[in-house]
Amino acid sequence: MKPSHLFKKVLSGLALALALAASTAALAQNPAQTSGATPTQAQSQPPAPTQPAAPAQTRVGVGGDLVAKGEYLARAGDCVACHTTPEGKLFSGGRAMPTPFGTLYTSNITPDPETGIGKWTADDFYKTMHEGRFPDGGLLYPAMPFTSYTKVTREDSDAIFAYLRTIPPVRQADRPHDLQFPYNNRSLILGWRTLFFSEGTFRPDPKQSDEWNRGAYLVEGLGHCGMCHTAINALGGSSESKAFQGGLIPMQNWYAPSLTSNKEAGLGDWSIKDIADLLKSGVSHRGVVYGPMAEVVYNSLQYLSDEDTRAMAVYLKSLAQGTPPEPAASPLPTTESSLLLSLGKTVYDRQCASCHGAEGKGMPPHYPPLAGNQSIQMGSAVNPIRMVLNGGYPPGTSGNPHPYGMPPFAQSLSDNEIAAVVTYIRTSWGNRGAPVSAADANALRSAPLD
Amino acid sequence: MIIRFKRVLVWLALSAAPLAGAQAQQPEAAPDTMEARVQACTPCHGANGQGTSDPYFPRLAGKPSGYLNNQLLAFRNGRRHYPPMNYLLEFLPPDYLKNMADYFAAQHPPLPAPAVVDASPEVMERGRTLVTQGDYAHEIPACSSCHGPSLTGMEPGIPGLLGLRASYISAQLGAWRYGTRTAIAPDCMQIVAGHLTEDDVRAIAAYLSAQPAPKESSPAAQGSYALPFACGSEPTR
Ligand code: HEC
Ligand code: HEC
Ligand code: HEC
Ligand code: HEC
Ligand code: HEC
Repeated sequence: MKPSHLFKKVLSGLALALALAASTAALAQNPAQTSGATPTQAQSQPPAPTQPAAPAQTRVGVGGDLVAKGEYLARAGDCVACHTTPEGKLFSGGRAMPTPFGTLYTSNITPDPETGIGKWTADDFYKTMHEGRFPDGGLLYPAMPFTSYTKVTREDSDAIFAYLRTIPPVRQADRPHDLQFPYNNRSLILGWRTLFFSEGTFRPDPKQSDEWNRGAYLVEGLGHCGMCHTAINALGGSSESKAFQGGLIPMQNWYAPSLTSNKEAGLGDWSIKDIADLLKSGVSHRGVVYGPMAEVVYNSLQYLSDEDTRAMAVYLKSLAQGTPPEPAASPLPTTESSLLLSLGKTVYDRQCASCHGAEGKGMPPHYPPLAGNQSIQMGSAVNPIRMVLNGGYPPGTSGNPHPYGMPPFAQSLSDNEIAAVVTYIRTSWGNRGAPVSAADANALRSAPLD
Repeated sequence: MIIRFKRVLVWLALSAAPLAGAQAQQPEAAPDTMEARVQACTPCHGANGQGTSDPYFPRLAGKPSGYLNNQLLAFRNGRRHYPPMNYLLEFLPPDYLKNMADYFAAQHPPLPAPAVVDASPEVMERGRTLVTQGDYAHEIPACSSCHGPSLTGMEPGIPGLLGLRASYISAQLGAWRYGTRTAIAPDCMQIVAGHLTEDDVRAIAAYLSAQPAPKESSPAAQGSYALPFACGSEPTR
């Protein structure tokens, strides 16, 4: 980053939230789940679901129950995605989180007394989750999603802490962060916090059902969905007023769609079953997950109980209710566009139709439909372009253990052909997306893959 | 990586062919086969894992399943680097990777014709010596001592060395020397590659890529012969 940019950012407040969103996605990599060396705790089957009612009524178990509940909640919070490296020991940290300001390294949260959190009390732990502060009062970088975790109840925080105490301790000192000046100065976080952090436990909405409240609690709290699905505002914070409105994830070049607008991934016209299938298995009759969202399903959502998944679906569907109908997209009158479209159709018929169907109907759930699929028609064409460049597999989950894959086309299609075929799928079969240019396609060739 | 990608452009025409026309009889549901599930792999590795005309994309067919599985885990966990593959495998569970490995291990398309190599007889002779006898003075064991007398590998973890292109072989040996490819510890190949010079690598790659396919190309059974030293990828019974 050029120094001038740097200073602008500083003047406008600590732009760390950028870092925050960037890095969750950067961590969209599976942590150690496989290697023989890895402790097996995190791999075990999801424990029996806890009571899916609103959090205030959540039952606190004792002993083993409490630990099992904590393990389940740690899954819901996806702690493993950030606090474990691919072949490292469970929760021993050290995972690099690249941000526009340098690299953060996650902490060792095993109960090792010297290098982990073995000397912490449940109060200390709650302070971190709820206030974003270390036991000594120091400020955490918001790359640790305490802005969401603040909504977690004290009971649930205690359960997670009880579970973390049962993890095999690992002696591994935290790697110091490698941040550029002035971001390495933690006192700057204070300014950021006044702008973007409002501390407070989730408060159920009495006008809504228990199920809705449970869903809201998970989505806004442990699920920290807003860390990606929220527009990044000028100051680099995920803005409260723009909650769940979508945004481009920096460093990663994936677009996390709005969950509130039917024009993007807004789920207003999806059935509860399709939303729940998508969250739990990664595929559905309406669409599939990929990129950073595949990580979320793989490491976290697939382990949630059917009741909790359903509750999230109910809440997510309600978020998108009442959005005005999408405006008609501009037709493509010019000769240039029609040339693009005819090339696009040629490429599509040769390369894509065998899986997605000549009419874009796909073969759901494994080959997603492209006709009527909002996620390819959004204002941002980043995701469909990247899918064509890089291909992909939905995550392998217990609901879909043997996913089907899409081949990458980066090597076989030119920028023009990619622009043409993406324009074609965005504008055919009643789809209302805007055309994309060869330059758009070219720019994403260098997007990071890991 | 970028260089590799450029080279790959030639492969465009080839990959387009198999998919064309398939749309005519499109089924309702995705076929419940491994063949359909690994279509994301075949543009680079060939429909039966036989490789493609691109010299850098390795053959997978017929290699020991345990070996292929180790590679898939290594890519998935970032121990072996090739971003397009690291990305594809990132969220696939180990059981499924094992299915993929079994699938490609069970394919037996014929080995490609040996490459026509323009290396001098001296270079080819140096390659032959290293592969079949090693170089005691430089602590290089014969490659055949692990990869087998006919270089077809051994179950479950040692791959055959025939049917690979020279550029792929030298890139892999280079990757071990520079630490960008690592195998399960003790990583015997890292020790072997560490003793090779650039010239050795060139000679070996030229020699290996020019060898004709053996009559029997399946890997030897586990424990058929003893290794000169231990390899983490080849468990001893
Ligand atoms: C998006 C990535 C991310 C996720 C998800 C995440 N963390 Fe963190 N966590 C971090 C980072 C980065 C730090 C270091 C923050 C700093 O140094 O200011 C951290 C620090 C911590 C600390 C302080 C440790 C110490 O020794 O100071 C605790 C405790 C913690 N996390 C617990 C959790 C728990 C429990 C979860 C799941 C409910 C979780 N984290 C999920 C990124 C994450
Ligand atoms: C690491 C960033 C990240 C986090 C955290 C995240 N998402 Fe996503 N999400 C994405 C991206 C990027 C996409 C677009 C790719 C896709 O559609 O799969 C997406 C897509 C979606 C979609 C639309 C899928 C479709 O096909 O239309 C839904 C629904 C969704 N996310 C829900 C959630 C929920 C609920 C949570 C919290 C439990 C969450 N996301 C957390 C990044 C994230
Ligand atoms: C071998 C079958 C196959 C072929 C050929 C194929 N796809 Fe796909 N496509 C898939 C699968 C499987 C997914 C889901 C991938 C994932 O979740 O990572 C997918 C996902 C997509 C998506 C994301 C859909 C969503 O829900 O957001 C787009 C866009 C897409 N494909 C476009 C194309 C285009 C354009 C082509 C031709 C250039 C093509 N595909 C060729 C199988 C295929
Ligand atoms: C974009 C092209 C591409 C795609 C798609 C691809 N691969 Fe690869 N694959 C490669 C390249 C190139 C290498 C060699 C990488 C290196 O070591 O530098 C490789 C290496 C491998 C190896 C190790 C081979 C050996 O002998 O060591 C295996 C196994 C493999 N791929 C399996 C797969 C599977 C399974 C898929 C589909 C899920 C797949 N690949 C998709 C290009 C690709
Ligand atoms: C001590 C036993 C041993 C010796 C000696 C040995 N290898 Fe290997 N080699 C292995 C093992 C084991 C693997 C598989 C490593 C893995 O799991 O990635 C391997 C893998 C390879 C590969 C990768 C093949 C592929 O498809 O990617 C190449 C190339 C190779 N060896 C070349 C050689 C050459 C050339 C020599 C002689 C100079 C040699 N090896 C000597 C044990 C050995």
